[in-house]
Amino acid sequence: MGNKSLLLVSVTGFILGLVFTLQSRPTLMEFGAVSWMPSMISISIVREIGPVIIALICAGRIGSSIGAELGSMKVTEQIDAMEVSGTNPFKFLVVTRILAATCMLPILVIIGDFVALIGSAIIENAKGDVSFLLYFNQVFEALKFTDLLPATIKTFFFGFAIGLVGCFKGYNSKKGTAGVGKASNSAVVFTSMLLFVLDFIAVFITDIFYN
Amino acid sequence: MKKKAVIELSHLYKSFGTTDVLKDFNLNLFEGENLVLMGKSGSGKSVMIKCLVGLMEVDKGSIKILGKDISKLKQNELDELRTNIGFLFQGSALYDSMTVRENLEFPLRRHSHNTEKKTEALVKEALESVGLPETIDLMPAELSGGMQRRIALARALILKPKIIIYDEPTTGLDPITAKEIILLMMNIQEKYATSSLIITHDVDCARVISNRMILLLDGKDYAGGNFNELASSKDPKIKAFFK
Repeated sequence: MGNKSLLLVSVTGFILGLVFTLQSRPTLMEFGAVSWMPSMISISIVREIGPVIIALICAGRIGSSIGAELGSMKVTEQIDAMEVSGTNPFKFLVVTRILAATCMLPILVIIGDFVALIGSAIIENAKGDVSFLLYFNQVFEALKFTDLLPATIKTFFFGFAIGLVGCFKGYNSKKGTAGVGKASNSAVVFTSMLLFVLDFIAVFITDIFYN
Repeated sequence: MKKKAVIELSHLYKSFGTTDVLKDFNLNLFEGENLVLMGKSGSGKSVMIKCLVGLMEVDKGSIKILGKDISKLKQNELDELRTNIGFLFQGSALYDSMTVRENLEFPLRRHSHNTEKKTEALVKEALESVGLPETIDLMPAELSGGMQRRIALARALILKPKIIIYDEPTTGLDPITAKEIILLMMNIQEKYATSSLIITHDVDCARVISNRMILLLDGKDYAGGNFNELASSKDPKIKAFFK
């Protein structure tokens, strides 16, 4: 599921970096603070925007796919067939998907963040004549361990939530093909809400520890 | 000598809310026989087989398979017991993300420690026994309904089970394909000496394949006997099945 989401995550990250930089530039110029652009963009993307946006994209891409796949297996009795053949479908279908989502999301977020910074650097290079080397020097100077660690830890929880909700909704889907659509849809809706709640909790805990 | 019962269902009760589906249902499947269970749609046949293989719990009653009470088994013991049962689902229930080969290998890889060569040979043997060796690398979506049913039968057979449960094996198939499936079931019974429980409302299928029949009516085993006995019954409720 990770490699199949890579293109979507990369495109989203790249455009996020481009747009964020383009939108922020005039305001920062107004205050004469355009030199802060790399620091501001990198901290915003790494701490908050990158993980949340990419997790939401993955909730749509991975959560719905898990919900639909398991839902379809449920209504066509494939899960029953697995159970009757003496295989535990929970271990085979659910545990593997949750593990995969939990392990892959942090990697996707790191890639997405990096691509977003490349997008931002391209705009800075084109509009502000800032070299890539200078841009990334400023980025690495601004980013601290305390920005990276909590942001990475929370993505494991985001991945777990995406896998868990997708599997739960799919595994418990009923009422034929309509139920599959409903499972897929509610997996995305419920995961999206859960991601914001988890993000709030993560930010709250980080704030207690670091501030 | 009386044959040994491989499945014994005694006094089963199952209800959903206020609807009683099974009310004191009893059934015995003996070694080597083809027992047909007939009943109207919605009469509880599918509920009964789901209870039988442990996919659903009964409210009351006992289910013994190969002499073991399934309610007293731990999950791993139940899984072990299930390897003795082949199950043909009404909709075939092939794993649609896997090829035919992977569908057949799936139970083998989980329950036996065969070499790759042996696994390949068993898959080919099972496919040959259902007459579809050429479909080995196809996906289930590329097969017709009848072919899917045959592949599902091959998958049910691959662990050489002692019991095979057929849930509506001919439903949704054209008469010619249905006849082919019935012949295949008979061949399998002869070749592997399995005991078969066949759930159907197809009278032709019941006539050809059954050694014994049970009619499920109002949640009970309403009547039992061979096809001719039941088909010539004067009871209007039984006659209704054979019209």
